[in-house]
Amino acid sequence: MTATQAPSLRTFHMSKAFGQLQALDDISLDVAAGSFHALLGENGAGKSTLVKCIMGFYQADAGQVMFNGHEAKVRSPRDAHALGIGMVYQHFTLVPCLTAAENLVIARADTPMVINWKTERKRLDAFMETMPFQVRLDALVSTLSAGEKQKLEILKLLYLNQRFLILDEPTSVLTPSEADEVLGVLRDMAHRNDVTVLMISHKFREVKTFCDSFTVLRRGKCAGTGDARTASIAELSHMMIGDAGLRPPATRTAAPKSAPALHLNNLSARDVEGRHVVSNVTLTVPAGQIVGIAGVSGNGQSALIEVLSGQRALESGHITVGDAAFSPTRRNFDRFKVFGLPEEPLRNAVVPRMTVAENIAFRSFDKSPLANRLGILSPARIRKRGAELINKFNVHTSSPDAPIETLSGGNVQRAVLARELSGAVDVLIVANPCFGLDFASVADIRGKIMESRNKGAAVLLVSEDLDEIFELADQIAVMSEGQITYLAATADTDTMQVGQHIAGHGK
Amino acid sequence: MSVISPTMRRRFRPDARIATIAEAILIPVGALIVAALVFSVFLLVLGKDPVRFFGLVWTGGAASAFSLQNTLQRAAPLILTGLAFAVPARIGLTLLGAEGALVLGGFTAAVTAIPMIQAGWSPWIGLPLVAGIAMSVGGVWVGLAGWLRHYRGVNETISSLLLTYIAIAIMNFLVEGVFRDPGSTNKASTMPLSADWRIGDIPGTSVHWGLVAGLILAALLWILMERTTFGFSARIAGGNLRAAQAQGLPVGRLAIASCAIAGACAGLAGFFEVVAVHGQANASLAAKYGFTGILVAFLARQNTLAVVPVACLFGALAASGGLVQRRMDMPDATMLVLQGIIFVTLLVSETFYGRLPFFRTSQSGDRT
Repeated sequence: MTATQAPSLRTFHMSKAFGQLQALDDISLDVAAGSFHALLGENGAGKSTLVKCIMGFYQADAGQVMFNGHEAKVRSPRDAHALGIGMVYQHFTLVPCLTAAENLVIARADTPMVINWKTERKRLDAFMETMPFQVRLDALVSTLSAGEKQKLEILKLLYLNQRFLILDEPTSVLTPSEADEVLGVLRDMAHRNDVTVLMISHKFREVKTFCDSFTVLRRGKCAGTGDARTASIAELSHMMIGDAGLRPPATRTAAPKSAPALHLNNLSARDVEGRHVVSNVTLTVPAGQIVGIAGVSGNGQSALIEVLSGQRALESGHITVGDAAFSPTRRNFDRFKVFGLPEEPLRNAVVPRMTVAENIAFRSFDKSPLANRLGILSPARIRKRGAELINKFNVHTSSPDAPIETLSGGNVQRAVLARELSGAVDVLIVANPCFGLDFASVADIRGKIMESRNKGAAVLLVSEDLDEIFELADQIAVMSEGQITYLAATADTDTMQVGQHIAGHGK
Repeated sequence: MSVISPTMRRRFRPDARIATIAEAILIPVGALIVAALVFSVFLLVLGKDPVRFFGLVWTGGAASAFSLQNTLQRAAPLILTGLAFAVPARIGLTLLGAEGALVLGGFTAAVTAIPMIQAGWSPWIGLPLVAGIAMSVGGVWVGLAGWLRHYRGVNETISSLLLTYIAIAIMNFLVEGVFRDPGSTNKASTMPLSADWRIGDIPGTSVHWGLVAGLILAALLWILMERTTFGFSARIAGGNLRAAQAQGLPVGRLAIASCAIAGACAGLAGFFEVVAVHGQANASLAAKYGFTGILVAFLARQNTLAVVPVACLFGALAASGGLVQRRMDMPDATMLVLQGIIFVTLLVSETFYGRLPFFRTSQSGDRT
């Protein structure tokens, strides 16, 4: 396979509206051949819409795309692939039960009815020799690490001879060292003029370290462009969030030690296939503290949260709140004042088709004053209480009666906050609370979590975002392959040490 | 992304509920219209006149007091079997077990009534008791599918369907064996109930009291599902099982309870078929009311109140079947073809909820 030259891509005056929402407003983007270009912006700034227009998932209302200096008409992702534009999505699109080689071969547009594996394998080996990094071709994808999977995604595009690579937050599933390796390889390939890379990101460090140039979007408009190596972080963040300025981190105050602590003693749980996903986890969350559990997703953190919230059976071990044994039943949630902010609220915390007010009532619908002793509900009171909390927690919704699925991600999470944090909280179990949310929501939500801690709640926080853990947690634990492999007070550790334990290189 | 200006922010739109209700009515009605059009094409291909067909459905189903009563007579069991599908559907379970619960409920009603009659009990005491037994048997039978689902992970759709065939086989086995009335020479049946144990018609009509029971149950179950903590919990579990678990709701018990309620409704339908229609239990109990009930519940969008008018619609189709057969010289299966087409268009229409632009309740969706 002959390596072609890296292509260039420009968009001119791209606009796209969804109903009344102007998602893209006159965006002109210039990605030079052989460059590593960053596309920055808050959630909802229009980054994904822009690349989806380039890829042909959406048709822009106005504007045009120039590819290698020629106007390109991209009506579908198929057209984009034919031009040589490929995309790596935030989540893997590999088939886990096939090998790396099989994944590469089935990705071809012209996979024959009968695959001659001998010749395919020769082609693959020849192709791999030209690549700057390697992936074990015979390994099942399910056995590859996240970093290897991400490399395989990139190899897949190169194997299809797609030389303009669009990456949508490619490092969100990687450890810091894996991320640096993948981005370094991409930068080197770009500088050798093998590929051109357009990367959606919101991590300033990665942009500053690896990218050549950047474009910032804000509310669908182009907020700035320039040289990534010379721009300061302050400048970049100003372009991203405008004059609102950087939010101050949530303030931490000494908490009263009145509430009971949450103890996890030797917890173990299995997945559907019978593998241990949580093994012998022992951890204490003292009252008035946040204990953060860091780790790459899929190392048992979600399973641990599921055990604590009753979504997964506990195999062995026991949970206590204070001195009393705890099991995740509705009565115990109320008795011990245990509340939760699960990850992906639309999947774990709300019923998408029920109204906002009904969703807010999930904790209280079976108690006075929303229901009487016979179990008869009062829809009027549910609605009234919902409207009050919607106002108090600043949930943007067209009505308390709107289905909650019509709200944006940040507002769904605010509605869940309104439900879980409107009363006294002794234990709070939180998982990736800010994933995919915009700056304003992130500030709100972290502030509320800190407020609960400051009032004396024991907070268990699972997050894939190390910055979030370092901002909020009093103690940091690392979870790897279902076990707690590291525990330290936040003051006594740093990103490097935690990162090493996340990557499994701890002492 | 939120582009709502601060001044607009607090102005709630009052029409969100209305839009939801309008959608829930217009989409099924649209599906019915499409089904009627497709069926008209089917008739035209056969060289029959669709206008005449729908005219005959009107004549046979609703045009006179006689045909109206005929319709309601057939609607009565459909209300109950429609409820039997709708209630577990709200908690996310697809149960095809109503036919089996109806058959077993009817059968136990027939065989438990006999010794009471022979012992000379008053029907005023005996009939409610028999009705309770029929409902319990139906409840246990379908509850079994819920139990298997929760404790053994068995797919409830398959198990309830298979339980239906087992129920029919059990009834046939017993009716042709130990419980056979030696006098039933043509068609194996249980002993007929004496006249004073037969439930009569609602005064002034030819419609039996099963219709009233259906109406009362539909209203009670509506209150249960919409206005009680049980129904609210069931709706949470049906809408998002993981969220229900995270709220500590007893999802297993909720599922089994709604299966048992479903079975009890179907069992009651069986009771009325025996004490009001047939007077004994035999193979005619398995008249597919349980399966038509699925269609009824689907068209009613699992709303227990809406089950009533929809059951009447299907009752009218059934009532006019004979007329269509005679006047248009068409086979008995014609109505089944129409029912099948309605079912398919309904399933397709399910995909339109939330997608029709004029029902959108909010523009603040996040598109990134």
